Amino acid sequence: MSAVSITTLDLAMAALLLLLNGALSIAFQLKLERKLSIAAVRMLVQLALAGLVLSFVFRQSSVGLTLVVALVMGAVAGYELWSRPARRIDGWWSIGLGTGSLFLIALLSTLFTVGVLIRPDPWYAPRYLLPILGMVLGNALTSMSLTFDVLTTAAERERSAIEARIADGGTRLEAFEKVLADALRAGTLPILNSMAVAGVVALPGMMTGQILAGADPFEAAKYQMLILLVLAGAATLAVLAAGLGGVLLLTDARHRLRLDRLVAY
Amino acid sequence: MLKVDHLRVGALSPVSFALAAGQCLVVSGASGTGKTRLLRAIADLDPAEGTVMLEGAERGEMPGPAWRKLVRYVSSEPGWWAATARPHFAADLAAVIPLIEALGLSGDILDRPLAELSTGERLRLGLIRAVCGRPKALLLDEPFSSLDRAAAGRVEALIGAELDLGRIVVVVSHQPAAILSRARAELIIEAGTFRLVPHAVPRVAWSEGGMGHIGARRA
Repeated sequence: MSAVSITTLDLAMAALLLLLNGALSIAFQLKLERKLSIAAVRMLVQLALAGLVLSFVFRQSSVGLTLVVALVMGAVAGYELWSRPARRIDGWWSIGLGTGSLFLIALLSTLFTVGVLIRPDPWYAPRYLLPILGMVLGNALTSMSLTFDVLTTAAERERSAIEARIADGGTRLEAFEKVLADALRAGTLPILNSMAVAGVVALPGMMTGQILAGADPFEAAKYQMLILLVLAGAATLAVLAAGLGGVLLLTDARHRLRLDRLVAY
Repeated sequence: MLKVDHLRVGALSPVSFALAAGQCLVVSGASGTGKTRLLRAIADLDPAEGTVMLEGAERGEMPGPAWRKLVRYVSSEPGWWAATARPHFAADLAAVIPLIEALGLSGDILDRPLAELSTGERLRLGLIRAVCGRPKALLLDEPFSSLDRAAAGRVEALIGAELDLGRIVVVVSHQPAAILSRARAELIIEAGTFRLVPHAVPRVAWSEGGMGHIGARRA
């Protein structure tokens, strides 16, 4: 059994709801119509391109091409990580560390999932590797951003407590104990929530997709379990990297608090 | 011996001075001139060029935390990382209780929420925290601010007792008269430079709290 194919007319009809929203926005002067149309058009172009590129890459099924696409995905995720926060740590060091650890964690988790668990033929089959890399990257990115954001905000708020601990002869990890714990908790919250509500409140996107594409729901559920376990593992690693890396970058080798390295964006 | 040699603090001219065990230096100057930054630089809380040595060892020769245990900075508004004071003191409460009494604080202060204490009470608790660590040098930032006369007198007596124990004390104060009698010198910050005014014969005298000490000290 395979999915019912969607025509261009179907897509146009789907946009009707959005058009209605646009009309309401104009009628009530909500000034949403511009943002809505830009977002919708952008989404259409992005997805169309993604579909075309992926079709091509899947047909070629070459190691080199798959790697190139993976690297582009990593670079975009790295850029998002760098550009998203309200405050970031000055210097190439932090950019390299953030992007590097994000990509490394995502790549290793993906290779483990595809190469050891799913084992498609060939092992690098882009049909498996790229979508999974995308999910892992997206999740780890959110977790890292959240962790870093809470860490920097809390470090500024708790500055006097952190400095008191440092002045008392505490190490940087001792001084950041509480703030780091808060940041790690915040970073793991999204994936914990996803796992908690999976299948009960909402069917995860991937499982929904597989079911719509004609897969047996139980098979789809097993895939989803596998993915969620990997996502949770990768997100936790990413959270730890962002939390510990953040503490190291917000302090120096003399265990001094260096909030001067934070620049507002 | 605490030796500060060509220490650069912000845009101020470099500063040098040396204090032997039991000696006290008062730092004065208008608000915003860099008194706090000087203390923080000595405690290695902020990066600063220049040499700071304690008993022959440069601050860079030991890890930052080890240095700060020996050269202890006490903020004018000490920070806290728990809700009450008790968790901030290492196991040795036997040394804490007499100090609480000596500074005129009530016995239950360790278990009262810090947020409910007055600024002066928190200031004195911060001082006790530092003294309990038995550092070689105490860097006190405005230890008399927000204290009434009686409490300020008790803090003066505590500083005097610490000096008698051989502690080196650097005090930043807007009210230098309070501690000047024990100071070896006064370091005045004016117009971006430091001016060291030695006190050849410290005049005296601690009469409060049974920690009296009379006589000339090493000049």
